[in-house]
Amino acid sequence: MTAKTILSRPVYGTLSPQPGKHHLFIADAEGAAAILDMANSAPAGFFADAHIMFVPGATGTKYVEPLKKLQPAQFYEGPSIASALPRLRQTLATAHMGLRVYLSGTEGLIGQAMQAALEAGIDHTSIQTEQRGSLARRVQCVHCKGITENVTTQPATCSHCGLLLLVRDHYSRRIAAFQGVCINAEDPTENPPKEEIFR
Amino acid sequence: MSAGTSKIDVTVTDIVPVNELVKRFHFRRTDGAILPTFSGGAHVVVEMRDDDRTRLNPYSLMSSPLDTTDYTISVRRDDVGRGGSLFMHNRVKPGQRMVISNPVNLFSLDLRARKHLMIAGGIGITPFMAQTSQLAGEGGNFELHYTCRSEALGTYADVLQARYGRRIHLYHDDRDEKLPLEKLLSSQPLGTHLYICGPAGMIDWVRRTASEAGWPSETVHYEHFAAPQPGKPFDVTLAVSGKQIRVGEQQSLLEAIEAAGVDPPYLCRGGVCGQCETNVVSYDGKFLHNDHWLSEEEHRSGCKIMPCVSRFEGKSLVLER
Ligand code: FES
Repeated sequence: MTAKTILSRPVYGTLSPQPGKHHLFIADAEGAAAILDMANSAPAGFFADAHIMFVPGATGTKYVEPLKKLQPAQFYEGPSIASALPRLRQTLATAHMGLRVYLSGTEGLIGQAMQAALEAGIDHTSIQTEQRGSLARRVQCVHCKGITENVTTQPATCSHCGLLLLVRDHYSRRIAAFQGVCINAEDPTENPPKEEIFR
Repeated sequence: MSAGTSKIDVTVTDIVPVNELVKRFHFRRTDGAILPTFSGGAHVVVEMRDDDRTRLNPYSLMSSPLDTTDYTISVRRDDVGRGGSLFMHNRVKPGQRMVISNPVNLFSLDLRARKHLMIAGGIGITPFMAQTSQLAGEGGNFELHYTCRSEALGTYADVLQARYGRRIHLYHDDRDEKLPLEKLLSSQPLGTHLYICGPAGMIDWVRRTASEAGWPSETVHYEHFAAPQPGKPFDVTLAVSGKQIRVGEQQSLLEAIEAAGVDPPYLCRGGVCGQCETNVVSYDGKFLHNDHWLSEEEHRSGCKIMPCVSRFEGKSLVLER
């Protein structure tokens, strides 16, 4: 669980089965374990109407078989979040009311899948989320607007313009990223040491 | 005193019988100015001065929000109610001056929706008249399903069909036409919002079916003004103002408090807005809760009452007013 610091900092819960006609799960890495845990309390036959989209990342094959054992109506395994997103948008574009969305794994996955769901007209409060695994952040540099994925340090270097950024808790749901602000604008020779804090 | 609403002096410019049970009333500002802007789903509270008593009843505005030269409401005659609708039907005449509140909207459209699915029952059609006008003006995507007892009592069904054609779907009880609710709810595109106005039983049915079909509560909007029910007279002590009052058989608790010169806040006078929520200091007896505002737990606690629609039976009731 992440602590609530400022209002825009997302807070995540624990996945739980919702009433609905179809259930769409999007998870990366350890996020699979959140689905497997939820499956223990799901009513019989729940996954017969489910579609699981999974990006294993560093977990390799560890979770693939256990997820398939849930016998979802559809199972998709993708090499990266970026490659799963077009498929997610396509699924949402043709979906009907009664579809429930469950997101689990890293904040980057949850944020980007959430962004696609919001664009499809789903209210963010009706989406189930659970954070698992790495705490790495997706950060947008407020200066060049470039997005840096998998940021684990504070401060962090912008992968686009090279500025040294203070990673804030200020979060944009619209762009699914935390805000990064230049930490040494007054004196660029000042170089605070990087600490690995988002693990 | 009504929280956040001020009064408007209006003149009744026209009264149109719509069918056997429904009359439409047109109001303009007596001073000739433009009426306040409102959005579809808003209501006004109409003051009815009937000899020695004043009734204040909420009615949905049904005219187009795009035109504020006049406001129109439609009133269905209720022969067994507390007399508000009978007063409007029998005593109000064209040219008469009346007082209404500023509009308040407790049933507004969520304009983030991709599509608006509306379900009306009977006279519950009125807020949708304004909402459809508003959406049509903006090119909004909507569909209205309207159940009524018979063609003759399908208030404004003809007007709506002429305006919006196939976006309007009618179901007549006397022809045994049923609203295919489950099918309807499962075929809506993602991002649809649902709006319901009609009898309490219909609202419950639609809300329950939608929730079982996986519609998140944020996407389900409904409005049901509870009419204050008549009941046995009862006595109340108002602790703050130090008054003893008696609530008459045909009076609501809120009306009795107002008659004693105390002005609690209100907006809807129909048990839905929460404005009139009043703390109970002590009681000996039982509450007759009629509101849609307090939770069941709060109803059981005996700590709160909504005086616009709820009553009491028993030995004593002390309120923090
Ligand atoms: S005035 Fe709205 S609940 Fe009583």
